[in-house]
Amino acid sequence: MILLDRVTKRYIKDLPPAIDRMSLYIEPKEFVVVVGQSGSGKTTLLKLLTREEVPTSGKIIVGGIDFDKLKDSKIPQLRRKIGVVFQDFKLLPNKNVFENIAFALEIVGVSKREIKYTIPKVLDIVNLKGKEKRMPIELSGGERQRVAIARAIVRQPRILIADEPTGNLDVKHAWDVIEVLEKINRYGTTVLLTTHNVEIVNKLKRRVITIADGKIISDRANAGYHNKIVHEDET
Amino acid sequence: MKNLTTFLRIIHNGIVGFIRSFSLAVAAIAVMVITLTIVLFSILTNVTFGNTIAQITSQIDISVYLNNSDSSQQTTSLVNSLKKLPDVQSVQYLNKTQVLKAYENQNSSNQQLLNAISVTSNPLPATINIKPQNLNQISVIKNYLNQPSVVALQSDPPSYSGNKELAINRITKATNILRDIGVIAVVAFVIVSALIIFNTIQMTIFNRRDEIRTMRLLGANKIFIRGPFIVESIIYGLLAGILSVLIINEVFVTVSSTLKASSLGLLDISYSNTYFDNNFFKLLLIQVLIGVLIGVVSSYSATRKYLKFKVR
Repeated sequence: MILLDRVTKRYIKDLPPAIDRMSLYIEPKEFVVVVGQSGSGKTTLLKLLTREEVPTSGKIIVGGIDFDKLKDSKIPQLRRKIGVVFQDFKLLPNKNVFENIAFALEIVGVSKREIKYTIPKVLDIVNLKGKEKRMPIELSGGERQRVAIARAIVRQPRILIADEPTGNLDVKHAWDVIEVLEKINRYGTTVLLTTHNVEIVNKLKRRVITIADGKIISDRANAGYHNKIVHEDET
Repeated sequence: MKNLTTFLRIIHNGIVGFIRSFSLAVAAIAVMVITLTIVLFSILTNVTFGNTIAQITSQIDISVYLNNSDSSQQTTSLVNSLKKLPDVQSVQYLNKTQVLKAYENQNSSNQQLLNAISVTSNPLPATINIKPQNLNQISVIKNYLNQPSVVALQSDPPSYSGNKELAINRITKATNILRDIGVIAVVAFVIVSALIIFNTIQMTIFNRRDEIRTMRLLGANKIFIRGPFIVESIIYGLLAGILSVLIINEVFVTVSSTLKASSLGLLDISYSNTYFDNNFFKLLLIQVLIGVLIGVVSSYSATRKYLKFKVR
């Protein structure tokens, strides 16, 4: 589902790279938590997967798309396959809850009727029924994050990337968001979650990849080591 | 069908975006209205100066005084030759009786003069009045009239000679300068307006750059992101164009009623007013087109910066 092969991302020539010869394999339907301190390279890793950044070297394949062969004009198609939840929500401020979620469907040409049919179901999953007409500014942080999740999952992507989705939330709202992500994973979506909330990591009991200085320093699953992990030191 | 749906969604999103970012829209439209009003005012001023110049030009003509001995064949031949000259707008032949009648009409209040003329035989020569099309080209007519064969037909030198000729030259020079200034002013105002509107729309879109980036990250293609911004700019241009024409209309109504004057120096207000009324829809169309065109180009260019899929 996601493959990184000796990927390096260097922003400034003479400074250490943000991602350093990283290799990683994530299987379909997995729930993977990426942990690491601020500046460890978590966000850069996610940006590489959504093609917001281009690696300095190495190979990336996401959902069967080889980034080496991906033209700039085809980037929108890649992003439509991946659902992304951002730490700062990134809701469209001039659109209400319904319109924010509908936007993800409108860009792929889904009909009005189908949009009206789909969105209530998604709002139900994220517990936001009845708040369709609210503008983002009228919502709490947790509600905004759940709108962002609804927008990310409404197209039923095979991969969901969540960059510190609980970073701006209190404990209760943070757990609401994690529960939604688990629910989506049960439906068959691969989830890649970054966080530095130790409590969440410990309670989730999922595969945990720890990053420091752009390198994977540990990769472990609570149910035992994953047999397809590609360790960086193998390269 | 899918394309039509996308097209309708772009228009819908543009209209909704315009309504929901109304405060930004008001600021942008206000700037556009002011600049477009200045453009319209400069166009009207230019047209009015043009009219004043045309009026001055039309009042200048050349009078050729003929000998009493000239035959009607010679006169007709001279009139026809003059008509064929380039830059001659009209040639009018007045025989002695017509000249006398015109003179009497001009001096109808001076009874003594009329009495003096009535006791003598008609002293006034038959006259050919020539209206030049362009004051700059008067030398062609002058050269023709100075040919010996043509001079022989004349009782006196043509009436542009002496001080009048100097006056004509000065008016010609002044009107040419005024016309050039008018054209330069209109062009300058259009360029300055375009730059101001361009920057205003750039600022408006700059304020919404995060929105554009988010849309891009969600996988929207360029036309779906850019389209609504272009629709919004079209609405700006449309409203600003209409408002600028309405403002000028209101200015005319106010000026005519408060000043109660038909002109301000060379600016003939009544002519401007008439021109504005007669060309109302044409001017409205020009204003709206300028507004919409600058709006579309500006929003296209401003969104381009945030739409680059090329990543670092």
